[in-house]
Amino acid sequence: MKSPTIKNDMFVMLIFSAIILSMPIWLKPLGAGYPDLLQKFAIFGIFAVGYNILFGLTGYLSFGHAAFLGIGSYTAVWSFKLLTMNVFPALIFSVLLSGLFAMLIGFITLRRSGIYFSILTLAFAQMFYNLAYSVLTPITNGETGLQLARGDARIIDRLFSDAGEGLPSTNFFGLEMSGYSGFYVCAVLLIIAFFISQRIFHSPFGIKLRAIKSNQTRMKYTGYNTRPYLLTAFVISGMYAGLAGGLMAATDPLAGAERMQWTASGEVVLMTILGGVGTLIGPMLGVGIIKYFENIFSSLNDQALLQAYSFMPDWLANIMVTITSPFVGEGWHLTLGALFVLIVVFLPGGIMEGVSLIKKRFSKTQANTETGKS
Amino acid sequence: MSNIILKIDNVQKSFGGLKALSDLNLEIEEGKVHAIIGPNGAGKSTMLNVCIGQLAPDSGTVTFHGENMIGKSPHEINQAGISRVFQTPEIFPDLSLLQNVMIPAFAKHEGAFKMNLLCSLSNESAIQDEACHILEDIGLTAQLHTHAGSLSRGDKRRLELAMCLVQHPKLLLLDEPTAGMARHDTNKTIELLKKIKERGMTKIIIEHDMHVVFSVADHISVLAQGTIIASGTPDDIRGNPKVQEAYLGGAHL
Ligand SMILES: Nc1ncnc2c1ncn2[C@@H]1O[C@H](COP(=O)(O)OP(=O)(O)O)[C@@H](O)[C@H]1O
Ligand SMILES: [Mg+2]
Repeated sequence: MKSPTIKNDMFVMLIFSAIILSMPIWLKPLGAGYPDLLQKFAIFGIFAVGYNILFGLTGYLSFGHAAFLGIGSYTAVWSFKLLTMNVFPALIFSVLLSGLFAMLIGFITLRRSGIYFSILTLAFAQMFYNLAYSVLTPITNGETGLQLARGDARIIDRLFSDAGEGLPSTNFFGLEMSGYSGFYVCAVLLIIAFFISQRIFHSPFGIKLRAIKSNQTRMKYTGYNTRPYLLTAFVISGMYAGLAGGLMAATDPLAGAERMQWTASGEVVLMTILGGVGTLIGPMLGVGIIKYFENIFSSLNDQALLQAYSFMPDWLANIMVTITSPFVGEGWHLTLGALFVLIVVFLPGGIMEGVSLIKKRFSKTQANTETGKS
Repeated sequence: MSNIILKIDNVQKSFGGLKALSDLNLEIEEGKVHAIIGPNGAGKSTMLNVCIGQLAPDSGTVTFHGENMIGKSPHEINQAGISRVFQTPEIFPDLSLLQNVMIPAFAKHEGAFKMNLLCSLSNESAIQDEACHILEDIGLTAQLHTHAGSLSRGDKRRLELAMCLVQHPKLLLLDEPTAGMARHDTNKTIELLKKIKERGMTKIIIEHDMHVVFSVADHISVLAQGTIIASGTPDDIRGNPKVQEAYLGGAHL
């Protein structure tokens, strides 16, 4: 566990950036190279990378981070309605407002740890979810969701041009937020987000967060006031979630309360654990795998399955379809659940643990062959 | 006459009906090694728990450098200059040995909270050198980058001692630092305690092993049933018939 050098970090950053920016190229043969899905990879990547700063470093399992996703989305849409279709100010507001809410929620929930903390965060998120449907409908537009309208004020945009025909579209200083250009905006933000997370992981602050996870009692008797450390991590991860929520609205200017449902909070937990909690790249891997397979499995239906099994005799193909069809389409979540159980039981450290196991075995066999030679 | 660094005044603590500490009074002189001996369940650990803010006493005060410590939180008490080695080692099992020692060094240099989010750990060579130095003193340098959780129990204890020493505390509390150690390890720890004695750090050491007590202590107090029944130099204690009866079971020392 040597502390990684700055040079090493730069190298990782370079590789990471190259892989992310070239996603449209290498994901094409895999059938995932289209903008919508690419944007999703980048946006959920930001969400998970931020979530990992809290869960991975401090071990505090929040079950309410979707609330910040929702706050980020609503804020962004309001910025589109009132100010401008440029996403830059919208994203700034998303990050700031979700950070503010994270500060409030964190201040209360971090009074407890373990399961009680998880339940408190879950309770807060459900509260927000319900409020969005009831008291807050003037802000959230209830079940319909918050949408753009022709009559929106858009003060800043009006200074430069009149309201045109139809709905305007979001942009980043003129760059369209839909399609590939939208993906690149998200990708650059993901790279910045990853860079910041890497700095935090390898800072004295990050190591103190790990120490809190390892033995909080010892931390207190070692002279640390642990609460502000935890709160900082909570707020940062909340801001990451807010940015992700803002980007969701930026790429598709619509905000609905379902974004804040507990299943959305659960999804980011799944992604982080699947990839590897507390590792830098793990959460991004988790996002890639879950979103990719969600995309494939959820679009399959019995017809597609029959085709896939066409090499088998008819009777066998029919049986296979009956067995597998509950796992695809709407039933994709069943597959996800099964996958999750397998990972947690056999690889509790997620995919990254698997990778390091393979690495270790490989270097061992290599060492063996070398000693064998000499 | 030297200074009193820690003063425990009339401290009481009960758990339900059990009186763990009753009318406890104790004064610790600066620069001295003060040993506390007494039978199991006498309240020795409870006394330390009160000193570091882990337990609030029912009544009484603990004064450190003229300041009342009761009601302060554990991190404030540590920042005031008291570090403790626990009876069961409290370390960071998931971090490397080096990191285990760097964390308390950071606490000493940066205080209870500092938001150095974006600095690189690899730029903190001064802290790292300090941590390495202490680990060298303790004799754990061979394993700088291994996980502390994989150490033997004796090594965990010594690591915890290193974590306290790196803070250069004004007062070091040691709760049975050699319990469960093999003879060889015990001797190593005695050497270590003698070595750090030269640095003039005030220490309270709770210990069952009389060999350890008589080789390092300047002053000994005997605690039985939550109160001090005798206090004096090692020679006083050795000859005190009351102590021999209450604690040493009449055995001649
Ligand atoms: N947190 C606690 N709750 C209840 N009883 C306790 C607690 N801590 C200590 N005691 C009791 O107080 C008495 C003194 O314990 P302790 O201070 O650990 O003794 P020792 O001198 O062996 O270190 C014991 O009878 C113990 O059972
Ligand atoms: Mg004890």
